[in-house]
Amino acid sequence: MILALAGNQNSGKTTLFNALTGSRQHVGNFPGVTVEQKVGKLKNEEDVSVVDLPGIYSLRPYTQEEIVSRDFIIREKPDGIINIVDATNLERNLYLTLQLLELRVPTVLALNMMDELWNSGGTVEIKKLSEALGVPVVPISAIKSQGISELVNRAKQVAEERILPKVSDFCREDSPVHRCIHAVVHLIQDHADRLGIPARFCATKLIEGDSGMDDQLELDQNEKELLEHIIVEMEHETELDRNAALADMRYTFIEGAVKQAVVKAQVNRSYQRSLRMDRILTGKYTAIPVFFAVMCLVFYLTFSVIGQRLSDWMALGIDRFTEFCSAALTTYGIHPVVHSLVIDGVFAGVGAVLSFLPIIVTLFFFLSVLEDTGYMARVAFVMDRLLRKIGLSGRSIVPMLVGFGCSVPAVMATRTVSSDRDRKMSLLLIPYMSCSAKIPIYGIFVAAFFPQHAALAMILIYGLGIVMAVLLALVMKRTLFRGNPVPFVMELPNYRFPSARSVALLLWEKASGFVQRAFGVILLGSLLIWFLGSFDARMFPVADSADSLLAVLGQHLEPVFEPLGFGDWRVVTSLISGFAAKETVVSTLSVLLNTGVAGLPDVLGTLFTPAAAAAFLAFTLLYTPCVAAVATIRKELDSTWQTGLVVVLQCVVAWIVGFIVYQLGGML
Amino acid sequence: MTLDEMEIGGVSVIRTVGGEGPLRNRLLDMGLIPRTRIVLQKRAPLGDPIEIKVRGYELTLRAADAQKIEVEPEPVPGRGDRV
Repeated sequence: MILALAGNQNSGKTTLFNALTGSRQHVGNFPGVTVEQKVGKLKNEEDVSVVDLPGIYSLRPYTQEEIVSRDFIIREKPDGIINIVDATNLERNLYLTLQLLELRVPTVLALNMMDELWNSGGTVEIKKLSEALGVPVVPISAIKSQGISELVNRAKQVAEERILPKVSDFCREDSPVHRCIHAVVHLIQDHADRLGIPARFCATKLIEGDSGMDDQLELDQNEKELLEHIIVEMEHETELDRNAALADMRYTFIEGAVKQAVVKAQVNRSYQRSLRMDRILTGKYTAIPVFFAVMCLVFYLTFSVIGQRLSDWMALGIDRFTEFCSAALTTYGIHPVVHSLVIDGVFAGVGAVLSFLPIIVTLFFFLSVLEDTGYMARVAFVMDRLLRKIGLSGRSIVPMLVGFGCSVPAVMATRTVSSDRDRKMSLLLIPYMSCSAKIPIYGIFVAAFFPQHAALAMILIYGLGIVMAVLLALVMKRTLFRGNPVPFVMELPNYRFPSARSVALLLWEKASGFVQRAFGVILLGSLLIWFLGSFDARMFPVADSADSLLAVLGQHLEPVFEPLGFGDWRVVTSLISGFAAKETVVSTLSVLLNTGVAGLPDVLGTLFTPAAAAAFLAFTLLYTPCVAAVATIRKELDSTWQTGLVVVLQCVVAWIVGFIVYQLGGML
Repeated sequence: MTLDEMEIGGVSVIRTVGGEGPLRNRLLDMGLIPRTRIVLQKRAPLGDPIEIKVRGYELTLRAADAQKIEVEPEPVPGRGDRV
């Protein structure tokens, strides 16, 4: 048995899904799109699966989330729908419900946050609401796991006994809209039956001007004209256009049902509390300082206190384990090449990436708390104006800021950006937010070449990244992403305590996804770098890294970097190794130049002119992100060739900017 | 008067919802339909977008989009949720 879980954003849908399925869930994408699909087995019920549909407000075919949801219900024909609604915000939540009921699938209404409503002195008369809507209604509190077993029983019952919603007419019988819908149903009944889609659903979608429905039903010219005639007549009689007339019909019905069944709270406590918090959090003078303070705190805790410390411990643990294995392999007397493969290839590559894991988990802990409390929506509200100029919305600011820490969690965090267009655009911009792993490179070069102007140089580097992101965004806005942005019309939900279980499950999901990638694409990337660094062109293991394939590759690429002023194979080789992890640029340079990291600035002085050093810094800032970030981008774009294109484009842009910097620097 | 011209704390009733395509339908879906009562809660610190209260919840939209919604002072109690 398959149950679909549908509801508005912020209705507690994810919390309910987690309460229903526990940790027995897996994540995938709906075929062909990057909309997340979660499926889980009901607790203690092996044969009942629950599919978590994306959070939506309507079933119009505009956003991918809406399309995916309606396609799932129409094509996959789940045995039942659990429609979760927020009892404290019933009017708008029921708008989706009415559209779901038109799909003629056994449905149960889960009335969430009832505890909150009761606490504020309000209530819902369950029986009356159930009668008005023609479906069973179960009061629950998803966050406290109350009412869940009752909900499960009712959902199983309606699904097993195929109990369809008893009400599907939401308008007064003598109204023009009623006449219009019935005329259209009559007109298209045969077409709809042939497709196996409920005629009433088809009818309302046709009236709303859903062109996809038009094509699907294969209406002939005559029928199309008749349809248009029926609708125009209705528009004339109601003095509303077709879309407003249908929305009006639904909300009029809802207002009636709510009036009968709901006793409003005198004072909605959580709403009042939210208003008080918003006086500060979105206040005219306080909002922006508070936002930057919050981000600084998150960064400080992640990158200096908790995450970094855990990362250090983890790195230490990995080092110990590596030493142990290395010693064991040596004692065993294994072939040196295999030893190198395991220790320098697998352990070094995957170990370096895995030591990021605590940082990612810590960062996501804070991000998910900010998201689940409702603060992230406020951030979008506060910062929207800044990002709109480059064709994005306020939703993108947090992932981009996270990019200054590490691109991997930043790219993962673009999941919170609700529009697909904005999400893709943001994740293409993230690599330009200079990540913290590049700091050692900047540190060494700035100390070697611009010691008097260290702070200025650092500001210029970060500034260049931001300027490039803005330029790229402006270009993308006019080319690749010219399509209409999804309208920025967003709910600001009441502040709520996040559910510990939901936060924990999200962390688990992000962490396990990252570990899987670490042992997949990232391992392959690391092995490739190891292979190139350990063998010469005749496949003999090299004693001196200057003879390796990597060095040969570096030598062949020398001319490419000549115009940038650093056409030295050792420098080029270090850049290539930076693909495995940015931290290795400095260590590779020091190995190839036969000097310790401390002596590096002096040696570099003989290798670079200041202009070339500036060009090198610009190139490092802008060229391809590390393999872990690329693998994450691939996952989110869901396309290998697009990801490849991104990497190539970044290198090309980096080269051009490096070239300009070198030429300008030469003139000074 | 249009929605973006309302005073902070002002109460109005929607007369017409303009705009087209996805934006307009989104506004309708979120419950902004003729005769609905709305309150302008605040403007974002940078002056835009705005936050309104409609049907008992808080909604944010950009001033340019709000400009497409015509409102009038509430003559008789409007419809929609009133907390």
